[in-house]
Amino acid sequence: MSDTQQTYSAKDEVGQVRARRTRLERMKIELRKAPPTAWFGMVVIAFYLFVALFAPLLAPYGEAEIHPIPFAPWGGDFPLGTDQIGRDILSRLIFGARNTIGIALVTTLVAFAIGGGLGLAAAISRGWTDQLLSRAVDVLMAIPPLIFALMLLSIFGSSIPSLIFIIAVLDSTRVFRLTRAVAMNVVVMEYVEAARLRGEGLGWVMRREILPNIMPPLVAEFGLRFCFVFLTIAALSFLGVGIQPPTADWGSMVRDNASLIQFAQYDLKAGITPILPAFAIALLTIAVNFVVDWFLMKSSGLKE
Amino acid sequence: MSDDDILLRMKNVVIDGFSDEKWHEIIKGVDLTLRRGEVLGLIGESGAGKSTLGLAAMGFARPGCRLTSGEIWFDGHDLMKMSEAKKQELRGSRIAYVAQSAAAAFNPAHRLIDQTIEASLTHDVKSATEARDDARTLYAAMDLPDPDHIGERYPHQVSGGQLQRAMTAMAMSARPDLIIFDEPTTALDVTTQVNVLAAMREAVDRFNTAAIYITHDLAVVAQMADRIKVLRYGEEVEEAPTAEMLSNPKEDYTKSLWSVRSIEKPAETSDDHVLSIENVTAAYGTVPVLHNVSISVPRGKTVAVVGESGSGKSTTARVITGLLPPLKGRVMFDGEALPPTLKGRSKDQLRRIQMIYQSADTAMNPRHTLREIIGRPLEFYRGIKGRKKDEEVAKLLELIELDESFMDRLPGELSGGQKQRVCIARALAAEPEVIICDEVTSALDQIVQEGILKLLMRLQKELGITYIFITHDLATVQAIADEIVVMWRGKVVEQGIKDDILNPPYPEYTQLLLSSVPTMDPAWLGEAVAARAGLSVSDLAAEA
Repeated sequence: MSDTQQTYSAKDEVGQVRARRTRLERMKIELRKAPPTAWFGMVVIAFYLFVALFAPLLAPYGEAEIHPIPFAPWGGDFPLGTDQIGRDILSRLIFGARNTIGIALVTTLVAFAIGGGLGLAAAISRGWTDQLLSRAVDVLMAIPPLIFALMLLSIFGSSIPSLIFIIAVLDSTRVFRLTRAVAMNVVVMEYVEAARLRGEGLGWVMRREILPNIMPPLVAEFGLRFCFVFLTIAALSFLGVGIQPPTADWGSMVRDNASLIQFAQYDLKAGITPILPAFAIALLTIAVNFVVDWFLMKSSGLKE
Repeated sequence: MSDDDILLRMKNVVIDGFSDEKWHEIIKGVDLTLRRGEVLGLIGESGAGKSTLGLAAMGFARPGCRLTSGEIWFDGHDLMKMSEAKKQELRGSRIAYVAQSAAAAFNPAHRLIDQTIEASLTHDVKSATEARDDARTLYAAMDLPDPDHIGERYPHQVSGGQLQRAMTAMAMSARPDLIIFDEPTTALDVTTQVNVLAAMREAVDRFNTAAIYITHDLAVVAQMADRIKVLRYGEEVEEAPTAEMLSNPKEDYTKSLWSVRSIEKPAETSDDHVLSIENVTAAYGTVPVLHNVSISVPRGKTVAVVGESGSGKSTTARVITGLLPPLKGRVMFDGEALPPTLKGRSKDQLRRIQMIYQSADTAMNPRHTLREIIGRPLEFYRGIKGRKKDEEVAKLLELIELDESFMDRLPGELSGGQKQRVCIARALAAEPEVIICDEVTSALDQIVQEGILKLLMRLQKELGITYIFITHDLATVQAIADEIVVMWRGKVVEQGIKDDILNPPYPEYTQLLLSSVPTMDPAWLGEAVAARAGLSVSDLAAEA
């Protein structure tokens, strides 16, 4: 019988396997295949990051530097004019990128550390840990987030650390939900059982067995969450409880210069001024969403 | 026979499939003819193109496939040239399809009878009342219990075997000229499979329907088919009438298809028991699963645990590994009682009992390379790190007949058999004394199965490992077991040396189980059905 088996060899079962590419090569290939919307998003995000990082070098004036002429028109020394107390709008837009994006990024990271960690723990341990955490999250989610944030900020004061922490905690509920849901599907896999049979601890199972398998939805969620956090901060600043003056921030810039919009009939440029920070917010949100869309499509394996 | 009799003629059919951004030939020019009332068996391993060819007989190509060239004539109609709408008319009324998983093919929200007659109604073959009456006749013909009322049930209210038969009734409803059966019994237990096979053959004979029966199990096809065609890599290997194919296969490949059945190992046993389960009773929540189970496992030998699904085989494994603490009883290992829970066991106790799963796909983390998968137990149990670890991994890969070049591959880049080999290597990395193999070969093709079984036997000889081999496949048991434990409904029916268990006298359940395993003899099905009529447990099986 073994005579008929001469040709069989375990090694040959899969004939040609493509040589494994390094991570860099794979990234290059993915980038080449990226749709134009994703490219647009990436270019915009790169531009924002560049501006945020090199703000002091790019801005013509200081963040809170006050000039004698309030509401100066566009052109001359002030390319985009000045605001109600004579600060250069362009400089404040540039510094605003740094503040708004920086705070939003830190907040999102904190939200993911809290929500992701607890979500994983809940999915793995189940039982009463899961019950306790999930019900607590339900309670937090039952309260409208903007109103809740407003309330907490007026209790704890609107310093930047409390702003970050409050928004992070409120947003971590959604991250918790997502992490728990996707981790649940992975926890029941046999390789997780195999790891537990081997005697691995909770940390290893979380980090090495489950996390790599739920990364794609989490990364996509990270992009979306970042947008929401960013918008929440802008909204809170617009309402006056977010980032406090004299720190430049796009949300409060819209509010400060909002009255200029009524002069649009006399000077179109002056009317546009308050819209500029709003436009900066909108553009970044759209850009991040384009990239997230592309990433989601790739990770979920959906074709056009 | 004259040519008028020919119902389906496929000539030099080529089908392309799209993958890796290129078109590849899946079927490379296959001819097929089928006469009225004839059953043709299509066999081959997975990826041989059986299902693709079967669907092509309906003029259908799956998404991602295309019918490239060749001719398909069905009763004078050229399916290659026919419009999609015309083909739709043929499908369901004159050609029907029975899929592998009946549970997935039925809509859970509708009653069986409404789904059974749906095709007849949409094609205006008969009126609703006629179709309903006819469905009841078909249910009776398919040997379903209470044929007058079973159609009123929903799919989840009947068992898997019954659903599969209901699906055959559905295919028969419009009295098609041709039915394509695509692995219809693969998902069923052996004891259930017999009933389904008997009912299908009876119905096909009665209505003189032609059929294409697709399967990878030669013994099953021997019961159903008049002729057998063997496919491999999208090409025909050989074709012959069933009796001739079984007694005198020409090609080496065909011979190798039933090679597992030719592995033989003399049963040995010893009194030195490495592991024993003593009076274990276990339950999931409040559902009792094991009742007072006692099994002892001799050192360095293979104990096969057999039984159909739900018999408690896998639960026994979970009790041994500590995943499910028993309610009563204990597990003795090397003279000591093992702590009942996973948490209570020491690293060394965990190391000495390893487990290999049925589905290697889900048993390995898809994001880990083989280096990590095999290396982790080395590091975890034996503290081997760095270059030494890589060397050990390479050695283990060689032991399972792969080599170093596989080290950085991900599981997704391996074939099914290779994956299972890697799982074996991972278990070996812990240097265990006992390995529990839970249905390790049942998801694999015959040839690959044989390779895995030979590997396991070689490792046992070289390393003196003890296996607890859980399976429902008696051919595998015959091939590798020393001792056999027969389980049924959470109880041990009998335990003993292979030769004793497989030879009479048997307890009734063992007899039922053994009589349900198809053999290569085309007359087997009739005999099996007759033989089980006398068994009292067969009523239970018929229910299933």
